[in-house]
Amino acid sequence: MSMVNLKINNMDVQVPAGTTILEAASSLNLKIPTLCYLKDINAIGACRICVVEIKGVKNLAASCVYPVAEGMEISINSERVLKSRKTNLELVLSTHNRRCLSCVRSGECELQELCKDYGIENETVFAGHNFEEIYDESAKHMVRDNSRCIVCRRCVAVCSKNQAVSVIGANERGFKTHIGCAFGAGLGEVECIGCGQCINVCPVGAIYEKDETDKVWAALHNPTKHVVVQTAPSIRTALGEEFGMPIGTNVQGKMAAALRRIGFKHIFDTDVAADFTIMEEASEFIERFTAGGTLPLITSCSPGWVEYCERFYPEFIPNLSSCKSPQQMLGALIKTYYAKQKGIDPKDIYMVTVMPCTAKKYEVARTEGNAVEGIFDCDVSITTREFARMIKRAGIDFVNLPEESFDNPFGESSGAGDIFGRSGGVMEAALRTASEWISGKPLEKLEFEEIRGIKGIKEATYKVGDHEVKVAVVAGLANASQVLEDIKAGKRDYHFIEIMGCLGGCVNGGGQPIQTARTRAMVDVPGLRASVLNNQDKVKKLRLSHESPIVKQVYADYLGEPGKGKAHDILHTHYTKKERF
Amino acid sequence: MSKKVFPFKGTKEQEEQLNVLIKEHVGDSGALMPVLQGAQNIYGYLPLEVQRVVARGLNMPLSEVYGVVTFYAQFSLTPKGKHKIAVCLGTACYVKGAGDIFNRIKKNLGLDGNEDLTEDGLFSVDGCRCIGACGLAPLITVDEDVYGKITADDVDGILEKYKKAE
Amino acid sequence: MKSLQELKAIYERMHPMMAVRGGGQDSTNTYERHVLVCGGTGCISSGCQKIVDAMHEELKKHGKDEKVQIIKTGCFGLCALGPIVIVYPEESFYSMVTPECVGKIVEGHLVGGNPVKELLYEETVKGDEITSLSETGFYKKQMRVSLRNCGVIDPENIEEYIAYEGYAALGKVLTELKPPDVIQIIKDSGIRGRGGGGFPTGIKWGFAAMVESDQKYIACNADEGDPGAFMDRSILEGDPHSVLEAMAIAGYAIGANRGFIYVRAEYPIAIDRLIIAINQAREYGVLGTNIFGTGFDFDVELRLGAGAFVCGEETALIASIEGFRGEPRPRPPFPAVKGLFGKPTVLNNVETYANIPQIILKGGEWFKSFGTEKSAGTKVFALGGKIKNIGLVEVPMGITLREIIEEIGGGIPDGKQFKAAQTGGPSGGCIPMSLIDTKIDYDNLLEIGSMMGSGGLIVMDEDNCMVDIAKFFLEFTVEESCGKCTPCRVGTQRLYEMLERISEGKGCLEDIEKMKELSAFIKENSLCGLGQTAPNPVLSTLMYFEDEYKAHILDKKCPAAVCEKLLSIVVVPEKCKGCTLCKRVCPVDCIIGETKEIHVIEQDKCIKCGACIDKCPFKAIIKQ
Repeated sequence: MSMVNLKINNMDVQVPAGTTILEAASSLNLKIPTLCYLKDINAIGACRICVVEIKGVKNLAASCVYPVAEGMEISINSERVLKSRKTNLELVLSTHNRRCLSCVRSGECELQELCKDYGIENETVFAGHNFEEIYDESAKHMVRDNSRCIVCRRCVAVCSKNQAVSVIGANERGFKTHIGCAFGAGLGEVECIGCGQCINVCPVGAIYEKDETDKVWAALHNPTKHVVVQTAPSIRTALGEEFGMPIGTNVQGKMAAALRRIGFKHIFDTDVAADFTIMEEASEFIERFTAGGTLPLITSCSPGWVEYCERFYPEFIPNLSSCKSPQQMLGALIKTYYAKQKGIDPKDIYMVTVMPCTAKKYEVARTEGNAVEGIFDCDVSITTREFARMIKRAGIDFVNLPEESFDNPFGESSGAGDIFGRSGGVMEAALRTASEWISGKPLEKLEFEEIRGIKGIKEATYKVGDHEVKVAVVAGLANASQVLEDIKAGKRDYHFIEIMGCLGGCVNGGGQPIQTARTRAMVDVPGLRASVLNNQDKVKKLRLSHESPIVKQVYADYLGEPGKGKAHDILHTHYTKKERF
Repeated sequence: MSKKVFPFKGTKEQEEQLNVLIKEHVGDSGALMPVLQGAQNIYGYLPLEVQRVVARGLNMPLSEVYGVVTFYAQFSLTPKGKHKIAVCLGTACYVKGAGDIFNRIKKNLGLDGNEDLTEDGLFSVDGCRCIGACGLAPLITVDEDVYGKITADDVDGILEKYKKAE
Repeated sequence: MKSLQELKAIYERMHPMMAVRGGGQDSTNTYERHVLVCGGTGCISSGCQKIVDAMHEELKKHGKDEKVQIIKTGCFGLCALGPIVIVYPEESFYSMVTPECVGKIVEGHLVGGNPVKELLYEETVKGDEITSLSETGFYKKQMRVSLRNCGVIDPENIEEYIAYEGYAALGKVLTELKPPDVIQIIKDSGIRGRGGGGFPTGIKWGFAAMVESDQKYIACNADEGDPGAFMDRSILEGDPHSVLEAMAIAGYAIGANRGFIYVRAEYPIAIDRLIIAINQAREYGVLGTNIFGTGFDFDVELRLGAGAFVCGEETALIASIEGFRGEPRPRPPFPAVKGLFGKPTVLNNVETYANIPQIILKGGEWFKSFGTEKSAGTKVFALGGKIKNIGLVEVPMGITLREIIEEIGGGIPDGKQFKAAQTGGPSGGCIPMSLIDTKIDYDNLLEIGSMMGSGGLIVMDEDNCMVDIAKFFLEFTVEESCGKCTPCRVGTQRLYEMLERISEGKGCLEDIEKMKELSAFIKENSLCGLGQTAPNPVLSTLMYFEDEYKAHILDKKCPAAVCEKLLSIVVVPEKCKGCTLCKRVCPVDCIIGETKEIHVIEQDKCIKCGACIDKCPFKAIIKQ
């Protein structure tokens, strides 16, 4: 690769040709501010906050898109540059609804941070006319408030490029340009699949999940309710970030301690439910594989993906696993098995789920397949971020909490259940169980390296007993769309596919702590979070779902055989084609 | 956007024309603009029902189609009048009083603010970009007819002709 | 066409017959006279088709329809005098022709052989003498290179184009020159892009030629968006083949075989003529495969704009052809490297292309011989606004503004005073009286705070308010901004609001400094040329007409009596007869005065509806 020599702030630097000025400055540990830039998917040079001065070039240049050239001399904070950035921020503020105190992103807003850095004293220098506010709360999971939008288009980029959903875009032009759905429809009316990725990339508080923590508090304050909680595998990988802990810190023990201090009656681990899911899904796969059922079997744990399938690829509904997601399975078991064991009327149990995911808010409201007639398997689903807010409101000193455990039953999972939280985890867990079941022999190596890692589409062929099993692991719906199109065109062929709605899987879900665009560019956030789960799995003795004592016990005492009878009745669901806007 | 609701009155023939149009262009690079222009010629405007067919036909997101439609001034989301009045608002016309003419037309037709279509659907009025006939400034067009070098006082007489013809 | 010989055969058949239009003789004696009727948008709007029809009918009556050739051409330039008819060989110029005049012209001139003096353009009649058109003030100082065929040939007949050396340049290039030689000729000519930026065309072609690619494109920017500019439209209407030929030449030079013309949908006549031209060019084999038997392929597609000024910006135009919102993209990479559909693309505007065939035939040095050192050749301007000879003119670069306005344009009508000339449309500025002797070229215009732009030249007189003009352009920009980058999307709106406040008498002196600072910010920080030039109308009016701003701010007065909110309606005592008509029409009863007494308007009650002005029979009520 050819190298280019240039000077930034009078310091020599050598970078590969094709590098942008922004990246070159980064290599000198110089941070150029950005607002619209989002590595790989939104390099459009629109917000102009990243401007720098290049010697010999008349106008300032947007460093996020400007490639370096030999001999370039760049100043990233000349007087002209600093003054321009300040004016730029003042202009942005003139269109921004500055209710910062009540904003969900206060304190972690990229715009607010820059205003501090650039010494903005007067927010109203350019006060003027603004267009009518668009406040869209039609979606179940989130709110879009255009009065705070700075038209950076990161949300548009993630919705179209990563997710191939494309329900939002830039409408009209000039000063009237705004982000919205076609014909000004609400997100609840269009085919938004609820993944929440737009929330994670919004630099300000224009998009946010619908906060349902008040519902949880109300339940907790209601003496007639038996309020229980479950936390998904990926929560422990990221919750610490909300309390200033490094990305990739495992906070499982502190999390359990916090839940107990908030006042939940019983604290369950969704990881355990994942072991049940494997029992069901591995059985389903073997059944379809050996008896000639619809293949490829496609996983259904990710409600964003399920919603996407129902809206965009209904022809693949027969391929979807009929297994409920771990969240729903655990809800179903709690309101049946646990309720019976404890002698509580399932109506009085209030199941709170803490999920890395906004689409889970849709999933808990699905009416199909609830275990007990007339009662939802789960009552409310809150995101990691909402959960962190509850911890803060409860006055819990999270960082200094002791390590505690989940409650049993449903408190101790296998390593296979843990890795559900990252891309490839469901497939790996299922393959561990299916392989042993089919071959009747223990696996020598439990790690399926080919389907690990951050790539969006991973594929492998494994020898299972006498059979070759072709599998694919897909994360991100744009990747899913590509794989499904290829399958339709006969270009790809698999027996079993794991599809997760979000790139990297649940660890990178739309409900996870928000990291700035810069952090996302510099650090492999999903990878670090995933390593928490891999490490947890690696050190466990119990690493196979079908060897889990609680799994064995519940099947023996209550469910019977996987995929049949009671197990089928309460742990499976079905899907329906949904119309598009 | 106008707050009025215009029920969609597309016909079978129009739908067929649109499908033929899409078929001609599907697969072409940059097909969207010609298809939208053709669709507007067929229907006179581009309501949801039409944009949806275009989006599905060209296999692209409706939001993207709508983003393109609302970007370009010539695409309309609402129907136009039987007689389309365009007031040239280019510089040459502006310095010669096109603004007054525009206001007089709206006054004559009883349109306020952002309204551009009369209640009876007879007239719609738009400011248009320079049509390049600056020698006739200021000018307006009604359908295919051009009225050049006019003053605001000529407006009532011109419109009367079309009203009478009804 | 399989060979150059075929082209030559058409030339030899057609040229003698048409030589009469250039002052020569029709040696074939096919027609007694050639009647050229201007068929540009201006003349079509003023009814030239009726003239053509009437003329055919009259000639038939006289049995002369076989002997007189009537042709609808492109624009003659003098749009203000349309419809226009020229009769050859006398070169008689009839202006403002009505269907009623046609009988006289046919009878007196086409049949009788004597030009009808009273219908001729007055400047061509001096007593008994009839002078040549080229001696009139309007045409004397012009030099027509890119407009050479406009008003001379039938744009809907490829053979007439060929008769004027059409496609000879393409023939020469394909049979005699290597691509680098072609680029060298263009470089030698010194021609710079006529669309506004003024980037050297030869260098642009050179960049695109250097890039290796399986596919390259030629694109033509015919999205002439500057309000008040219509030179590209006139070329497309009057000489569409010159653009097609030039695009093919460019294609050969850089190794492209496909071209796109992106033309404004507001130009229906230009579009029709382009479609006819493309079809004829394909039919004659000057577009298509194996042109002149040389193995070179080239074809052109039309794409219509849909009403977005920003699509005149090259990367926005590319986005639009690709089917997206017309939003500009960051440069580098430049389109010559990565353009349409990601492939190397040469994009020039119509006028630039129209010059190319002549440059190829006559050489770079020839082109360089007129114009100034850094701005070679000629430039077409669209004269508009408060000027007598509204129309299209082509002049050598380096001519002064005064020559254009006073000599060619015939000065300001109605005895009014010149105030400013606006060039460059929304990207340009207003040039005051003190700079009227500036020699016009790319660099001089930039230096005085305006720019060449595509060539609109709007003249303003004492009745135009410069704050209002700045506001007009800013309003245009706010609406036409693509909305992608913050400086342009938000900055222009805020700048507009400041102007609005000033025009309403709500401004303060600090606003002037604030406007200058914000303008500088928008220019330096915007993504594309639209934003980078958007503040020019504000900056140039601030630079040359600051007093007018101050009058709005400090005195709360609009000296040109344009800004509505600052006007008061008053009775001129000397003219008032005390008829009481105004008093009776006033909707708010704010006019006082008895019969036969001078009336007075109570300013604090007046709502400035203007009803009294319309009513007063003595013109005694005015806005001031």
